[in-house]
Order: sequence, then structure tokens, then C-alpha cells
Amino acid sequence: MNITLNGNTKSFQEISTISDLLHSLELSPGTVVVELNTTIIQPDFYSSTTLAESDQVEIIRFVGGG
Amino acid sequence: MLTIAGTEFSSRLFLGTGKFSSPSVMAEAIAASDCQMVTVALRRVDLDNPDDDIMKALSQREYTFLPNTSGARNAEEAIRLAHLARAASGSSWLKLEVTPDPRTLLPDPIETLLATEKLVKDGFIVLPYMNADPILALKLQDVGAAAVMPLGSPIGTNQGVLSDAMVEIIIEQARVPVVVDAGIGAPSHAAYAMEMGADAVLVNTAISIAGDPVAMAAAFAKAVEAGRTAFVAGMGQRSKQASASSPVDGTLSSDLGFLA
Repeated sequence: MNITLNGNTKSFQEISTISDLLHSLELSPGTVVVELNTTIIQPDFYSSTTLAESDQVEIIRFVGGG
Repeated sequence: MLTIAGTEFSSRLFLGTGKFSSPSVMAEAIAASDCQMVTVALRRVDLDNPDDDIMKALSQREYTFLPNTSGARNAEEAIRLAHLARAASGSSWLKLEVTPDPRTLLPDPIETLLATEKLVKDGFIVLPYMNADPILALKLQDVGAAAVMPLGSPIGTNQGVLSDAMVEIIIEQARVPVVVDAGIGAPSHAAYAMEMGADAVLVNTAISIAGDPVAMAAAFAKAVEAGRTAFVAGMGQRSKQASASSPVDGTLSSDLGFLA
């Protein structure tokens, strides 16, 4: 499955949900915010939200800033 | 005590968390500043470096996080970032920042006003970064800004409060706290803003790029406290005409004729 992740097209195998994606990226769910096709997905729905071909996913977190 | 949107802050120094050499230096500087409010930005996770997480060094239990919308070029982008920030922090505090020109990073007054109005309706506690424009400050308050954050000078320039004449008017007219933000490059600049009656100042670059950021953070804390104390104590009027500090009447004048 190809998805656009943080602006880049990436190919993933054996991934169906947002939980799977975060796990494969070694990201702890509590440290990021996920936007799927410009809609914010609440953490409670990570394991029930499935990804589809060509989905646009943004994974965001806090960084230092003024 | 400073109160913004019902939350009390004993420190009137807010710190930005950008441009520190390491998370540990940042955490130490923040601790040395005694501040209670810190700004953070939102960015895409660096997927090649997934462990790079500022939240490991900073706890939301200790500090009120004020996420900014830096990078937004218009109201629409700022609103999208605001919702991401709320999802990330679990709180509604927001430093609204709309800067269309990367060269000057000056805030767009029209987009800032539009976004403030919308975000207040969406339940955000909005602190807009703004030009030091007294009329704009009133309009932002009219649409529900929880505080206004006029710039001293452009972001990261360390030029100090070049906008002082306008900031003074903003403070005089304010119905919400005034936080002087951007361009504060030295503790004396911070003290100056506080002496004018600013409710708080937000400092980032001057501390994060200092030779010793921890010591500089402590210096800013003292300056902010000194400036605030001076404002509360009541500053003397400025005057062009000299006014003697020593008594002008006295017995010596009859003996020392040249003093008469």
C-alpha cells in the first residue's frame, strides 16, 4: 500500500490501521498527533482507523519554538 | 499575580523553547528562569529520528504549554495548526502567529484578526502575536483575545522594544494582559517593557543563543522582576527641564555667594 506520509510517498506492507503504522515507525502514540486526509484522528481511534491506498497522513509533534 | 483566562502566573517571564543547543540546556534554562509558561511549535515528526521528542525534557504538569502556529502564512493554515496543537497538548492555550513573509516574519494583521475571531469561537484561549498597533489590539480584544502580544521588534533580531511609543498606548488601553513578544534581546529590554507596564514578556532567542543560556535565563528573571517592581512602585515623569535632587534652599547660599 502506498500512502503519502509527511509529504513523501511511502510503501508499506502488512499495515492496515494507524496503530500499525505508528508501530512500524517506532513512534509512541502518546507523543504524536495524526492527521488522516486533513482530519485529526483521536488516539482512541488509532486501532480502528484503517488506511487505504493514496491516503495522506501527517504525523506531527511538538518541537522547540518561540 | 498575572491572570490570563482565569489561570494565575506568579512569573511574568514566558520562555520560548526554540534554538537551544540541547534539550537538557533548554530544561535547565527554563528552570533557572522560574517561568511557568513556555511556547512550543508543531512540526512534522522527523521519521529518520523518531526519538527526537521535546516532551521528554519538558512536562506539561510543570509548565503551561503555549503552542504557537509558527509557519502559518494565513488564517486557514493557522486554524489547522491550532487544532493540531490542541490535539497534541490537550489544552486550548494558543499563541496565534500568522507570518506570510519569511524575511521579516512580521504578523499579518488582517489574517490574525480573522483567525482570532474563529479560534475564540472554537473555544481556544488565543494570545495573538501582533504588530504594535493600538487599534488592532482593541479589535483583537473585541473578538475575544485572552491577551495581546505586540512585538518589540522583529522576531529573533535582539533589537529591543523599538515599538515603545505604540506599546505604551496598547498598555494604557488594554482590557486584557499585554505580553511584549519578539525582539527582546537583553535583560534591560525586558526590564524596560515591564517598567512601561507590560504584564509579561516572552523571550526566546536572547536566552537560547547566549553563551550561557542558563545564566542568561536567570538574568532575565531578575530584570523582569525589577521592571515589574519599578512599575508598581510608580515611575517618575520624564522631563526636559532639570529638577535639582539636592535642596535649593539652605543656609550655605548666603555664605557661598556663587551658589545663590
